[in-house]
Amino acid sequence: MDFNATLIGEMLSFAILIWFCVHFIWPHLNKAIEDRQVKIAEGLNAAERAHAELREADTKVAAEIKVARQQAGEIIDRAQQQGNQIIEKARAEAVTEINRLKAAAQDDIASMAQRARDQLRDQVGALALQGASKIVQREVDASTHKLLLDQLAAEI
Amino acid sequence: MASEQGGLTEYIQHHLTHLTLHASKGWFWAVHIDSITVSLALGVLFCFLFWLKARKATAGVPGRGQAFVEIVLEFVDGQVKDVFHGDRRVLGPLALTVFAWVFLMNAMDLLPVDLLPWITEQFGIGHFRAVPTADVNMTFAMSLTVFVLIIFYSFKAKGFGGYMHELFTAPFGANPLLWIPNFLLNIVELVSKPVSLAMRLFGNMYAGELVFMLIAGLFSAGSWWLYGMGIIGYTVWGIFHILIIGIQAFIFMVLTIVYISMAHDHH
Repeated sequence: MDFNATLIGEMLSFAILIWFCVHFIWPHLNKAIEDRQVKIAEGLNAAERAHAELREADTKVAAEIKVARQQAGEIIDRAQQQGNQIIEKARAEAVTEINRLKAAAQDDIASMAQRARDQLRDQVGALALQGASKIVQREVDASTHKLLLDQLAAEI
Repeated sequence: MASEQGGLTEYIQHHLTHLTLHASKGWFWAVHIDSITVSLALGVLFCFLFWLKARKATAGVPGRGQAFVEIVLEFVDGQVKDVFHGDRRVLGPLALTVFAWVFLMNAMDLLPVDLLPWITEQFGIGHFRAVPTADVNMTFAMSLTVFVLIIFYSFKAKGFGGYMHELFTAPFGANPLLWIPNFLLNIVELVSKPVSLAMRLFGNMYAGELVFMLIAGLFSAGSWWLYGMGIIGYTVWGIFHILIIGIQAFIFMVLTIVYISMAHDHH
């Protein structure tokens, strides 16, 4: 076979065919490939983002749990403190009340004893006067001997 | 011109002659070196390209090559999935191989019909046909392989007894009088599959190649006007042929899937 115009013509047609493919077929194929790449990249990005968000949420939840636990601890501490304070206060109040009551009782006892002593002294004075008048067989003028009697009573 | 007519006939006859190696006398012991070389080269090219991309495949954003391989793979797998509802581990790769190989072999038709013969002529080889699928040996080689697979999967899916039962009792019934008609019909159906598969592809590609040669005849018609017509016609037929290349590869693949999946079906 000779090299002739046939081969040249075919090569020209082939060049046009290649041009056709480059302009009308390859772009579609290329677009399909690029769309696929974009789709996959987007999918992977979305997954990555979701993963990151999940991790972020996890850390946030953990931090919030920690804070809540701390707060709960503080509340318990404060409640305990308050309880202790209340108990302490109640104890102090009770002690003062007891002391007050004890003091009042002691005062009562003291005044009652004083009164009893005074009465006793008066009675002793009267008895002594009676005894003395019986002894002297005569009436002792109470007013005259008042000073003496009082002195006596005080000695008793 | 009458003298040119003889030239065109000779031209086409020349182009329709395979590079044949006659190992021995007689029609059988001959090998079409051109078909074997081109198909083997394209098969190796396909395997190498896909292996290269599959080897470096990542789960991340694919590169352009990987994205292309993925698109082809997904397309073929989708076709298989639509038709065949079983284990796709054999049928999927088989369909991919059939599609890619037939596509590449068909695509050889787009090369200028005189280019490869001219190149080989420089090395002293007179005949060279670039399109292996325009060689009936090639298409029958593939369709008979599919045929063997059909038989294999029929036995595998139904067992020997089951397949024999189907051959003799479907589609008319199990009456012993109908055994022979059933069997004959099934044999015709079975044989028609590889024949139609091979002849369809061969016919399309052979006719396409022939049209290219006829249009190429315009180039040597001896007038600039016909020469321009030749360039336009050759280009238009080439563009149209892109469609045929894809469609024929697709049809061969889909029918392969359908036949093999039919072999799995029980009647």
